[in-house]
Amino acid sequence: MIPAPFDYHAPATVPEAVALLTRYRDTAKVLAGGQSLLPLLKLRLGAAAQLVDIGRIPGLEYVEERGNTLRIGGCTRESTLERSELVRARYPILLDTAKVIADPVVRNRATVGGNLAHGDPANDHPATMLALGAEVVAVGPKGERTIPVDRFFRGLFEVALEPDEILTEIRIPAPPARSGGAYAKLERKVGDFATAAAAAQVTLGSSGTVERAGLALTNAGATPIRVEAAEAYLKGKKPERATLAEAARLAAQAATPQADRRGTVEYKRQMARVMAQRALESAVARAGGR
Amino acid sequence: MEPRTDAKVCGMGHSMKRKEDPRFIRGQGRYVDDIQLPGMLFMDIVRSPFAHARIKSIDTSRALQIPGVLAVITGETLAKYNLHWMPTLSADTQMVLPTEKVMYQSQEVAAVIATDRYTAADGVDAVEVDYEALPVMVDPFASLAPGAPVLRTDKKDKKDNLAFHWEAGDRAATDRAFREAEVVVSEDLYVPRIHVASIETCGCIADFNAAEGKLTVYMTTQAPHAVRTVFALVAGHVGLSEEKIRIVSPDIGGGFGGKVPVYPGYVIAVAASVVIGKPVKWIEDRMENLQADSFARDYHMKAELAATRDGKMLGLRIKTVADHGYTNASANPSKFPAGLFSICTGSYDLKHAFCEVDAAYTNKPPGGVAYRCSFRVTEAVHAIERIVDVLAQKLRMDPAELRMRNFIKPEQFPYKSVLGWEYDSGDYPRALKLALDKIGYAELRKEQAEKRKRGELMGIGICSFTEIVGAGPAKDFDILGLKMFDSAEIRVHPTGKAIARFGTKSQGQGHETTYAQIVAEELGIPAAHVQVEEGDTDTAPYGLGTYASRSTPTAGAAGAMAARKIRDKARKIAAQLLEVSEEDLVWEPGKFSVKGAPQRFKTIQELAFAAYTTPLSGGMEAGMEATSYYDPPNLTFPFGSYVCVVDIDRGTGMVKVRRFLAVDDCGNIINPMIVDGQIHGGLTQGLAPALFEEMSYDENGNNLAGSFIDYLLPTAMETPAWETDKTVTPCPHHPLGAKGVGESATVGAPPAIANAVVDALAHLGVRNIDIPITPEKVWKILKEKGVAE
Amino acid sequence: MARHAIRLTVNGAAREAEVESRLLLVHLLRDVLRLTGTHIGCDTTHCGACTVLLDGEPVKSCTVLAVQANGRELTTVEGLEQGGKLHPVQEGFMEKHGLQCGYCTPGMLMTGCALLRRNPRPTEQEIREAISGNLCRCTGYVNIVRAMQYAAEHMG
Repeated sequence: MIPAPFDYHAPATVPEAVALLTRYRDTAKVLAGGQSLLPLLKLRLGAAAQLVDIGRIPGLEYVEERGNTLRIGGCTRESTLERSELVRARYPILLDTAKVIADPVVRNRATVGGNLAHGDPANDHPATMLALGAEVVAVGPKGERTIPVDRFFRGLFEVALEPDEILTEIRIPAPPARSGGAYAKLERKVGDFATAAAAAQVTLGSSGTVERAGLALTNAGATPIRVEAAEAYLKGKKPERATLAEAARLAAQAATPQADRRGTVEYKRQMARVMAQRALESAVARAGGR
Repeated sequence: MEPRTDAKVCGMGHSMKRKEDPRFIRGQGRYVDDIQLPGMLFMDIVRSPFAHARIKSIDTSRALQIPGVLAVITGETLAKYNLHWMPTLSADTQMVLPTEKVMYQSQEVAAVIATDRYTAADGVDAVEVDYEALPVMVDPFASLAPGAPVLRTDKKDKKDNLAFHWEAGDRAATDRAFREAEVVVSEDLYVPRIHVASIETCGCIADFNAAEGKLTVYMTTQAPHAVRTVFALVAGHVGLSEEKIRIVSPDIGGGFGGKVPVYPGYVIAVAASVVIGKPVKWIEDRMENLQADSFARDYHMKAELAATRDGKMLGLRIKTVADHGYTNASANPSKFPAGLFSICTGSYDLKHAFCEVDAAYTNKPPGGVAYRCSFRVTEAVHAIERIVDVLAQKLRMDPAELRMRNFIKPEQFPYKSVLGWEYDSGDYPRALKLALDKIGYAELRKEQAEKRKRGELMGIGICSFTEIVGAGPAKDFDILGLKMFDSAEIRVHPTGKAIARFGTKSQGQGHETTYAQIVAEELGIPAAHVQVEEGDTDTAPYGLGTYASRSTPTAGAAGAMAARKIRDKARKIAAQLLEVSEEDLVWEPGKFSVKGAPQRFKTIQELAFAAYTTPLSGGMEAGMEATSYYDPPNLTFPFGSYVCVVDIDRGTGMVKVRRFLAVDDCGNIINPMIVDGQIHGGLTQGLAPALFEEMSYDENGNNLAGSFIDYLLPTAMETPAWETDKTVTPCPHHPLGAKGVGESATVGAPPAIANAVVDALAHLGVRNIDIPITPEKVWKILKEKGVAE
Repeated sequence: MARHAIRLTVNGAAREAEVESRLLLVHLLRDVLRLTGTHIGCDTTHCGACTVLLDGEPVKSCTVLAVQANGRELTTVEGLEQGGKLHPVQEGFMEKHGLQCGYCTPGMLMTGCALLRRNPRPTEQEIREAISGNLCRCTGYVNIVRAMQYAAEHMG
């Protein structure tokens, strides 16, 4: 498999990269870790005349908490996330997610920003970020803007970035006390996209009821799906098994999967339910609710 | 068996570290794509997006305008030389490049020759082919139905899509046994189409030297000598003569049967090199490999077993529809179009059996290679080992007990099966008992009963298989007329070191080590000092190659026989040097000594030196060499009993293999470490089709698993930590008592796993689940039965 | 299309090449630098036969552009043996029969070598996880795991 010819650019700064994207617009593609883009180009399923490699721009790879926000640089490798003590201690949902993306060798190249910006509903971080209520930072010719992640995914392989914008950072609100999150994924084997997967982030109030719940699904439709009905349902309720089961049922209802080799529509929808249930159970347990 | 030789000699029974490893662990293996010849060009192939279509036109002009693209070869180009069709290994016909129609998706349509692989790929993109789509036949049952449109319109007078009909056994007597039986069970079993997917794909470098008229082809082949003959037969009319053809099979990155056939790509590369006069390299990518190279299995079987109420099996009947794709390109011995499927009576003493196969043409890739199994044995074993479990379930009998009751008894060997095979040796009860004891069968059954009460799903599956390998005796076995002997040639050098060459070709089996150990065993020359070579037709003796677990039974035996010829000569020289008669000499590995005077001896090294340096008496010629072409008197029948324990996730239907114990008996063992490795690998290639792999097609003949995205090779995470043990029942007719082992586990594992999953669900009334047992298949059952989470 | 002059360190030696933008790192290594120990097995970033160390981390070199490696440090299987001494992972593969056809072996070795550097005493489960991006069709992984355990015990 050999990609068709293209030109390669390695800007040293974000403004340089933006300038290149402004110049080439629709014929350019941003290259970060390349673990989704390069296979597409090799299969000649996608074409790009210009690749703008943002992987050489210093300062785009970090995981740090500042104030009440976790900031992840757009070019942060999945493996960095996986090995971050901060993530392990405070954001287990991110660790859950990073650990099931592709395989360990791919994760040494794949980036968190790329996982979101590719707009593939089968990618794992989108659901997690939806559950966490994250926002992304985009830099373009007019400067920087932030986009709430639930307005980021527009359609199949379509995100809210302009062709001349670069995703530079992901911001996640630091979870208050008695919070927990988890990601549950059903995959046929390591390295596969999800047959179904769900991300759940739960904060419990002092009375033990759910104060805030985030629930989202991977590979259950043309975009990652945030299950607002389930989030609303859970709010104020005790996180008992039957309650979580009802939330999971609402998740299945929200799923609009397509049949493929991973399963029929019916199976995938039910697996969205089972994964939602399991993610919620672990999230609640991690929040100290069980 | 205790080794007869010490660790320095390292004959049979030693776990010698592999002699091939030092180069592989340094990245110094030499695989086809590692070879770069001066002036070498690169070939890439244009493939059909349609499963069935008429080619209206091929426009090569845009491709030829790309700098670096030198030529585009089409069926019309080859037709000028009458090279556009070739015979398959089953003596059917196959297109090299089409002139009229394509018959499956990803079929070769044209080939681009360019200066490098990048330009060749660009050239492929620029070739414009105009197709007229034709109706596609994907269902073998529909294909065989009366009035189905005939696919092979190239064959004059062909009025249907039947590739062949084959049967074995006494139909009438078997039918009678079924009519009279107290109990009959019947099950439809599908063993799906799969693909060997060796990590190295196929490829070659064809290098035609016009000045010498010599063609050298470096290629990924398991059978270099047979390929040379096929090339000579196919291209003799354009001047390729067998003495001017050299096939070199360098290091091979896994074969498993997929590198037995001669694929169109090889032939096109040869044609291109002959026409252009430069070396031409062709290396498949993974999608081409999966989508166009030979498949395995694809047997739709109806299996039936007749028995008495107390569990005595009486008769077996199997009717199969086989999907062969557009041509019968099975790599089978000619007299066995369904391979050795008639081993389907398995490990049981059955008095009646009948089996038949109807092979259908469809719009799918051709093939019928083995995927690490000896000619359709996997299908046969799946049928018998599944249907035995179905019977056990019907009789409410423990499947281990039912097997024990019906095994061929140790004292019945050599055993003549009702379908005509003479089983060489075996002790089936011993292997099963060891497996049951070692895994703790009784405790597992208890655990299962307790778990069932709690609603947890756990299953235990058994498979007691009998293999049939080592093809084969020349009176019955040939491929395209070439008898299936194999060969060895040993030369002992003056300093007592040796080179041994064989007609087979290792693809990871470790021949460089095990063959050296055979020579060491027979001559006492340390295995470290025996250099083994294979794969170069200019130097190695003629042989049919490595597949069907045949290397040890055939070439390994040839190695022993050639060594014994050398030993005979060494004895004569020893008699001369020690001035005694030959009868007064005693052999122990490495030396002849005088009977009653053990201090008077000559080592094999001394005798070798003498063979080159001392005038020999009695008209003996100098030198110490021998060749053997070994025609095995019978096949060998390795066997084993496997026990598998699975847990099922009630939420997702996911099956987890918790434990898997394999007890194998492959006769005497040459290298226990290597045998264990072969079993681990075989088990994994049994696990793969049992739970993951399937090559399937939509109604338009589109391949749905044409890359590793959907063709699911198990990783270390899905693969359990295999447990192994063994019994040793020597082969009575092999010079070393060995049987071959490469494929036992691939054959035995799938039914053990399927039986375990069905066992986990048996209390819900489940009798069969076809492999691959995907989570959704299981989940659907759980849902139907109301036990899904 | 543009070509790029690149400089990189391969197995400790400075190398230079002029490459097309689209040239894959694996082809730079194999076809240009003639380090053929790194293999190609799948094209879709699944098999890991092409695994090399890029700045010390295992990556699939069929899914990295050669130009992306400009200025970086690469280690391939050819660079594991140092001063005539095999890397413990190489020894482990020989001792424990961790290879058969040898085709996936270089990628496995590179992944194993990086694993042990980060985690000198991995559990069986950790080894299995670490190599889950490297497919082997011959060994069933049992002896690969043992080979890495052997290496862990013999790391200096």
